[in-house]
Amino acid sequence: MADLVMTSLDPNSRAAARGWSDLTIRNLFIIPTIAFLIIFNIFPLLYSLGYSFTDFRASTNAPANWIGLQNYKELLNDDFIWRNFTITAKYVIISVAGQVIVGFGLAMLLNRAIPFKGLITTLLLLPMMLSMAVVGLFWKLLYDPSFGIINYALGLGKFEWLADPDMALFAIAITDIWMWSPFVMLLSLAGLSAVPQHLYEAAEIDRAGPFYTFFRITLPLVLPILMIAIIFRTMEAFKTFDLAFIMASQPTTELISIRLYKMAFLEWQTGKSSAFAYIVLIMVVGITNIYVKYLNKVKER
Amino acid sequence: MAAVQTQREVIFNRVAIFAVFVALIVMLAPIYWIVSTSIKPRNLATTVPPTVMFEPTVAPYIKTFVKRSQLRGPVSDEIYSAAPWWEQLVLDGGQKIVRNRAGDIRPSGYGQRFTNSLIVAIVSTFFAVSMGTFTAYGFSRFKVAGKDDWLFFILSTRMLPPVVVAIPMFLMYRVVGLNDTHLGLIILYTAFNLSFSVWIMKGFIDEIPREYEEAALVDGYTRMQAFFKIVLPEAMTGIAATAVFCFITAWNEYAFALIMTNRKAQTAPPFIPSQVGSGLPDWTVIAAGTTMFLIPVAIFTFLLRNHLLRGMSFGAIRK
Repeated sequence: MADLVMTSLDPNSRAAARGWSDLTIRNLFIIPTIAFLIIFNIFPLLYSLGYSFTDFRASTNAPANWIGLQNYKELLNDDFIWRNFTITAKYVIISVAGQVIVGFGLAMLLNRAIPFKGLITTLLLLPMMLSMAVVGLFWKLLYDPSFGIINYALGLGKFEWLADPDMALFAIAITDIWMWSPFVMLLSLAGLSAVPQHLYEAAEIDRAGPFYTFFRITLPLVLPILMIAIIFRTMEAFKTFDLAFIMASQPTTELISIRLYKMAFLEWQTGKSSAFAYIVLIMVVGITNIYVKYLNKVKER
Repeated sequence: MAAVQTQREVIFNRVAIFAVFVALIVMLAPIYWIVSTSIKPRNLATTVPPTVMFEPTVAPYIKTFVKRSQLRGPVSDEIYSAAPWWEQLVLDGGQKIVRNRAGDIRPSGYGQRFTNSLIVAIVSTFFAVSMGTFTAYGFSRFKVAGKDDWLFFILSTRMLPPVVVAIPMFLMYRVVGLNDTHLGLIILYTAFNLSFSVWIMKGFIDEIPREYEEAALVDGYTRMQAFFKIVLPEAMTGIAATAVFCFITAWNEYAFALIMTNRKAQTAPPFIPSQVGSGLPDWTVIAAGTTMFLIPVAIFTFLLRNHLLRGMSFGAIRK
């Protein structure tokens, strides 16, 4: 990286004598941002680390008592919490798999000469830009068993999407797939358009079948970019709060973020929820680490 | 593909184009349904089976902004004909507009929430993008010890689940009195968008050739002049795209707004769903509020179309 750094000025030169030194400018440009992020992201986390060892409740004036690791022990032995993790895992798998299938499929379809291709692509991308909370609310209307348009269009009668405990998580995942397939599509399209045409021409000359061409040329070349999309979406799906919180309140749709929200702001178990937040945090940092390592690997190519 | 297409390829192409149009209709149907509900008469919003054809009305858009109460009996012709057309529309729906003693119309909560959303999104975008641009320049052009680690640190702050950050922030805000204030949300959204802005802007600034600035320095510019007169104008497209992304993120944000605000500084995303809460919700009014809330984002998406890939992948893919 060192060779990329701008030629520094000779400190005795006339140019350097005017104005601020490079060092001053660098510090002036970088330090405020780092400081801001430390104050508003890291400091709060340290603050709650302290609370995670106490039985503090923000709803009362009772002083916090130090209880050591008890919160962590309780949480890790709590079957309900593990159920929340299982639900989240199930949700992540369903929604990311759905997004990859739909998104990649759409990209394959779009990767050809189509009238108004630019406009169509932009319109297809619209759902992912909208507010999850607000659009999720309207999916409740769409899913409504009696006057919802989905049951009517599919001829499902009075099918219960959100009231049925087994179906609700799928229903939320479908909405998530609707919103975020465009994201996978966008990245896949970039990957597909970067596959060199001569490979396809060579495959054609060799009389390779469409399946062979897809699995030996298209997929391997698009896979790095597709992986970025998958990791990105996995991380976001793991954090999902808005959509599931708005659409259903079944115990079967209680994702980790929702459990955390309820524990902290409805049950006011501030100490315990801080400990829970730390457990989630460690998991997210783990996933982020994998993500960034992968990102750097892809960039190096 | 080869210039000459076989019969099979031609058919396959047509099928694919047809499939794309079907997908487009399916993807846009929910958005269409929101917009069409917003211009429906109330009694047609929740019918069995759903109403597709109807005579559009603007009544929901008027109702969104005013406080209403249910009419007890029929309105006298005198009052009805004295009312302006928009009030007649509300009266037609069996409701009357609530006024205070002086006769001024009492607003519903929507307008205030919309304004709050605008204030919070615009101010936080301004701070996130300006700080982000400076920092991105610093990381792009100067030697920084442990540069990659700092950049990872900046990125990692974005990856935290909002509820995890919200718990300690809520406690701290309570101490300093920032709960339910614009400033409180602005700080949170600035912090949230700052990491994004640094990463994206670093990509844009990396692409500006260093030779431009070096030439300016030789010509007698100071580094600061070179930054403001050479780099910033070159980076303008990137800055605009980053700003629009930050605006959309702040505009759409729900979890922080739900936890940190309840009335005074509440933004539209937590407010709109809260209207469904009790009784029979008037979906046409909610749809009208939602449509107005979605329009800025739809316009921005269209303006951003060439930068979506880069922005949504956090700068991982440039094109």
